[in-house]
Amino acid sequence: MSLLEVRNVTKRFGGLLANDSIEFSVETGTIFAVIGPNGAGKTTLFNTVAGAFAPSQGEVAFRGQIISGQPVHKIAQAGLVRTYQLVQLFKTLTVAENVMVGFHRVTSGGVLAALLRKPSTQRQERMIEARTREILEFVGLTHRADVAADLLPYGEQRLLEVARALAASPTMLLLDEPAAGLNTEETESLARVIQRVNESGVTIMLIEHDMSFIMRVAHRIAVLDFGRKIAEGTPEEIRAHPDVIAAYLGGTEGFDD
Amino acid sequence: MTSPDIISTKAPGLAWARILPAVLGLGVLVYAFTSNGYVVTVVGFAAIYGLLCTGLNFFMGFTGQASFGQNAFAALGSYGSAILCTDYNVEPVLALVMTMVFSGLVALVVGYPTLRLRGHYLAMATFALGLITYEISVEWTDLTQGYMGYSGIPPLSLGPFQAQTDKQQLAVILVVLALGVLAAVRLRGSRFGRACRAIAGSEAAAGALGIPVARYKLISFVIAAVYASAAGSLFAHFVGFISPEVFGTTMVVQSFTMLYLGGIGTIAGPLIGAVVVSVLPELMRGLKDYQNIGYLVLLLAILIYAPKGVVGLLDSLSGKWRR
Repeated sequence: MSLLEVRNVTKRFGGLLANDSIEFSVETGTIFAVIGPNGAGKTTLFNTVAGAFAPSQGEVAFRGQIISGQPVHKIAQAGLVRTYQLVQLFKTLTVAENVMVGFHRVTSGGVLAALLRKPSTQRQERMIEARTREILEFVGLTHRADVAADLLPYGEQRLLEVARALAASPTMLLLDEPAAGLNTEETESLARVIQRVNESGVTIMLIEHDMSFIMRVAHRIAVLDFGRKIAEGTPEEIRAHPDVIAAYLGGTEGFDD
Repeated sequence: MTSPDIISTKAPGLAWARILPAVLGLGVLVYAFTSNGYVVTVVGFAAIYGLLCTGLNFFMGFTGQASFGQNAFAALGSYGSAILCTDYNVEPVLALVMTMVFSGLVALVVGYPTLRLRGHYLAMATFALGLITYEISVEWTDLTQGYMGYSGIPPLSLGPFQAQTDKQQLAVILVVLALGVLAAVRLRGSRFGRACRAIAGSEAAAGALGIPVARYKLISFVIAAVYASAAGSLFAHFVGFISPEVFGTTMVVQSFTMLYLGGIGTIAGPLIGAVVVSVLPELMRGLKDYQNIGYLVLLLAILIYAPKGVVGLLDSLSGKWRR
């Protein structure tokens, strides 16, 4: 059984068909990328998978459970954690505190625990602090730990988003155009982090514009055009696929004609 | 590849700027306990407002929501304590706790539908809550004695110990305030408190990390209500008399001024604000009818020139960028 299954997902906005009967599945431990020209329906698909939209038809299953239609925080609690294309950091919190919030899913305790501050709660806090340091080390933000998040340069804000999502120990990570707006060096360090996250056992699905980035990190790629999936395969297969080339070069005649 | 580290986090600072508030606070207390009744009353009001604002700060400063209706819960606490202690001879401390629980429940019931609103709509809804409570306290004369007000409320007591003098009352209020601030400190640094502050930063991202946003907003609304209720109860015992006007819109304006002037979203801010705003009218008494204008001008000036309040100002003086 695949970790994530997108089954016949269709999403309409009024008369606009944003996603048309899309099907694919993401295997445990892989990096799966969805690409496509502007307006192909990537972001709609992403939001449907992440639970921000309910599909008009079809369903999304995660670990065999249907998650479409569930509130976002429930989907996150099930282990499917997303990041945002427009960075959504907690600006008034420090970099370290941002990561600490990420542990919400895997820790426990509410108001009463905070007030009583029992030894078990204190132990948990120490665990959170220690793991936060590890994660900051992992993404290379240790030197920024006590800085307010909105003072970070853009590339580091992206890394922080990934770090925060990692704190939630996701089974699967959804990255929404992680390389958007990054320069070459920043893209490079992001690619390394994503690959290392994947090597640590986290399945990743991402949507992206940056082709060289995708070709480098993805194991499998699905290509969308005008709301439909026109191809799926390994980076090599996608690179050679006539429909993909046509979609990207804007030609409809193909190369064989 | 690394950008120059312009964001220095721990610049060698002026430590005095951070110790100053504590020293001044202590000074105010020493002054209060060695002075006559009038000063004690002013400081007592400041402490009660400090408690109210500490709660409001949780909802507004940490969770980032707006409530213009805290006066409703202060009124609930005040009238609850007054009625329980005067008509039913309930122990003041017991009445305090009972009204806190009751206010919390009311906040839960009222907040559940109200907190679906955001921004301006939430502000309006909570404002209406304050107005409704005011009308009830005026009209339901059998219960509240309307404009006549409720008098003869006994001073605070616990078992055989009764706070007879104003100074003893002030001491009790300060103990409650200290407990309230301790609770706020613990909440702020906890899993729950971090989640609330995350909601203020981005509801979408908080949800994506598994934080139940609606529920946490509701809980922090209840917390603010419980604080307001306790402040209201203390007020009733401290003054011995309450009437609807005490819990009017002025209270909302007062508490907002305190929050923003002191520094919203910090622990010390509400306390500093409460002391400054309570003492200022005493200094502005010469203005008489223009007192409110004085407040508002001050609030505007603060918003423009020190958006992070006194605490923010002290932080930047001591070379600390952000907390």
